[in-house]
Amino acid sequence: MRNNKWFNLGVQLAAVILALLFVTVILLLVKAPPLAAFQNIMIGSVGSWAKFSDVLISFVPLLLVTSGLLVTFAAGLWNIGIEGQITLGAIFATWMMRTLQDSTLPPALIIILTILAGMFGGAIWAALAGALKTFGGVNEIFGGLGLNFVATALNIWLIFGPWKRPGVASMSGTVPFDVKLWLPMIPDTRLSAWALGIAIVGIIVTYFLLQGTYFGLRLKAVGKNTHAAYLLGIPTWQYMMVSFALCGVFAGLAGAMQVTAVYHRLIPSISSGYGYLGLMVAMLVNYQAAWAAPVALFFAALNIGSIQLPVVLKLDSTLAGVLQGALVLFVLLADGVRQRFVKK
Amino acid sequence: MQVELRHIHKHFGAVHASNDINLTIPAGSIQGILGENGAGKSTLMKALSGFIFADSGEILLDGKPVHIASPADAINHGVGMLHQDPLDFPPMKVIDNFILGRNGGLFPDRRTAAKEFKELAVQFDFSIDPDAYVDMLTVGERQQLEILRLLWLGARALILDEPTTGISLPQKEKLFATLKKLAAQGMTIIFVSHKLEDVEFLCNRVAVLRQGQLVGEMLPPFNVDKLVEMMFGKVVSFGGRYPLTPGASTLHLEHISLEDVRLQIRDVTLDVRAGEVIGLAGMEGSGQATFLQACAGLVRPVAGKLSIKGADVTGQTHHVFKHKGVAYLPAARLEQGLVPGLSLTEHFVLAEETHGIFINRDQAIRLAQDRIKTFNIKGTPVSTVESLSGGNQQRALLALLRTPLSLILLEHPTRGLDIESTMYIWSKLKERCAQDGAAIIFISADLDEVLQYSDRVLVFFTGKVSSPLDAEKVTVEQLGQLIGGKGWEAIHA
Ligand SMILES: Nc1ncnc2c1ncn2[C@@H]1O[C@H](COP(=O)(O)OP(=O)(O)OP(=O)(O)O)[C@@H](O)[C@H]1O
Ligand SMILES: [Mg+2]
Repeated sequence: MRNNKWFNLGVQLAAVILALLFVTVILLLVKAPPLAAFQNIMIGSVGSWAKFSDVLISFVPLLLVTSGLLVTFAAGLWNIGIEGQITLGAIFATWMMRTLQDSTLPPALIIILTILAGMFGGAIWAALAGALKTFGGVNEIFGGLGLNFVATALNIWLIFGPWKRPGVASMSGTVPFDVKLWLPMIPDTRLSAWALGIAIVGIIVTYFLLQGTYFGLRLKAVGKNTHAAYLLGIPTWQYMMVSFALCGVFAGLAGAMQVTAVYHRLIPSISSGYGYLGLMVAMLVNYQAAWAAPVALFFAALNIGSIQLPVVLKLDSTLAGVLQGALVLFVLLADGVRQRFVKK
Repeated sequence: MQVELRHIHKHFGAVHASNDINLTIPAGSIQGILGENGAGKSTLMKALSGFIFADSGEILLDGKPVHIASPADAINHGVGMLHQDPLDFPPMKVIDNFILGRNGGLFPDRRTAAKEFKELAVQFDFSIDPDAYVDMLTVGERQQLEILRLLWLGARALILDEPTTGISLPQKEKLFATLKKLAAQGMTIIFVSHKLEDVEFLCNRVAVLRQGQLVGEMLPPFNVDKLVEMMFGKVVSFGGRYPLTPGASTLHLEHISLEDVRLQIRDVTLDVRAGEVIGLAGMEGSGQATFLQACAGLVRPVAGKLSIKGADVTGQTHHVFKHKGVAYLPAARLEQGLVPGLSLTEHFVLAEETHGIFINRDQAIRLAQDRIKTFNIKGTPVSTVESLSGGNQQRALLALLRTPLSLILLEHPTRGLDIESTMYIWSKLKERCAQDGAAIIFISADLDEVLQYSDRVLVFFTGKVSSPLDAEKVTVEQLGQLIGGKGWEAIHA
């Protein structure tokens, strides 16, 4: 049968080339030089250590949410509410930090408690989406979307209301925390080695959780056939709730990282679309944890690399989004074609 | 239409599922296809009807070579197939399902279609309401609908893959009458089955497959012993009854009442004892499935008391029943019993008691190899369940049963199994009765199976439940009458 590794790899490669061609055509249509655009993205992402450290900064939350989403996807759930879960993580983290920042506790302990609070916040918001599904019969996609709106509203209200800067509230967010309460950064960059380490540990844990444990196998059974899983003795709704909560922990962790390691305060668009981007990464790697890190890194590089496009080429930086979307579409398409091919 | 297969080959990985098949079926004949589980019957039929492509070989219809690219293409060439496991039927109306697959216009001409549907149905004496919903039909009625649809689309060769396994006796008789009528009109019928008596009764030629190869053909009069030998490559001897002395009470039902959307079961009292086998007989949808599910804790009784080994479990969840040693095997194997996408090994791991957090791979593979051997499953530890043949999926399902168990509840345990496996599976089940003192309650559409393996029989008719009958004192004819609602006065006297 043609269902071997090389054949699959060839199909994937063809999909990537097609996506690049597709974006090239679009660039030509808007009369932009494609080669220069791609070159700029390259330079803008890996052209210097400073640029690459920016890529890694953006890689951290993306990899964290992808890890979480791999868990919910394993259970057959579409956790669209991930954006709200990141936001709630950031809010809980900020709340903890604001509560403790003037205390006499050691800064390290405050930072740890802040991160834990963020994880807790994300988990609660995810559990809410899960509860709506299991007890209220609300599809997790709709429940998640609704909760995303609520989270955004809550965030804005806090920034412009109870937590506003003394004097005038502003879109730039809450008052920054004291430098000693920031996650330590690598000199000359804004990158925190701690944050990077946490994200990498996160994906490794997810990989082993899904590949090697009874929990992961049961979760997959629930995701692929809930009825059969129940008859096999698996408490199905409990497993769905746990997978939501776990994903929320990762999302909340991402939110807490944005607060403690990147912005050092709460800002209005704290989730920055990493949740939706994470959904794309998870789909692109076909829900395989092993591929999540390289693909997330690539997506982060595209994001950062396209930042300077408006300046240099008068192109909008959303080109990265077009390329990411095209990649996901073409890879999914290629997979569909391949499956038809293999079945025959 | 004359159907001719020439040098058909099909591989699935290392499995040679069709190995140089040559077969010519003249127009107007009913061709039986026999073979043990995993012999390659479904594969060959799917290649003929466009569901899969053969790796090589030729298909000739009325002497002309054709290329069949898809099921739709097959029906354009006049080849239609009824599948072994009825494909998913969405909850749509009968008439909409009927029109489905007809190409042409954006707006189907429903009125004409409905008229033609009725005419066809009358011709074959089928009574299906075109405005009913498909998911409310019995398996037999769905089958009738599918036959009508294929005929209407212009089928001149009809393939039926194990069509008699889920339907009632009267439905089967009607099906056979229909098939004979169609053959008389020049239609070619290909009939895949494990039931030798059906093939003997219906077919006017038979081909036998074994391990992907065509090992022989036969014309009437059929020599059944010879056919069995061709199927299995050896002589198979049929077992007798093995009665047991029942032990302590395992399941006790007291004045149980059940309700589902269609019917009500009132006031059943029954005591099932260790080592006992109870068969449930009845037309499909007469309440026996609901009853079995209630014994599994999947349906809550509206009244009455249910206890397992003396412990009251009324109203508890299935998982509580499971902890008490109750196992339930559903009829729809791929929809309810197995998890498509997961391998055999993963299934066995899921079904067993767990130890620790991490799965021990080596141990899991060894467990799988062991079960595969014991239950004679054609597959490997890494085979996904959907890649197994129908009969092998059933074996996998049975291999998932834990030891020890106190009560085993089975829906159509041997559906789709060949004769040898049926006997083997029952010997395994009986072993559990004798050694572990398990009790068994099972549903079967096959009345011979019910009488052969049960100690006592409960008959269901539109929610009415008979008192337990001694299986040794009931005949197949009497049972046939009872499931049709006749002769109930005599048994209650
Ligand atoms: N999609 C598939 N992928 C891999 N192997 C397959 C696939 N379909 C069938 N096989 C293998 O091909 C062989 C023949 O299967 P097939 O379904 O044709 O058997 P069958 O004669 O219909 O058996 P049964 O009586 O159990 O339905 C089996 O060994 C089966 O495991
Ligand atoms: Mg088959």
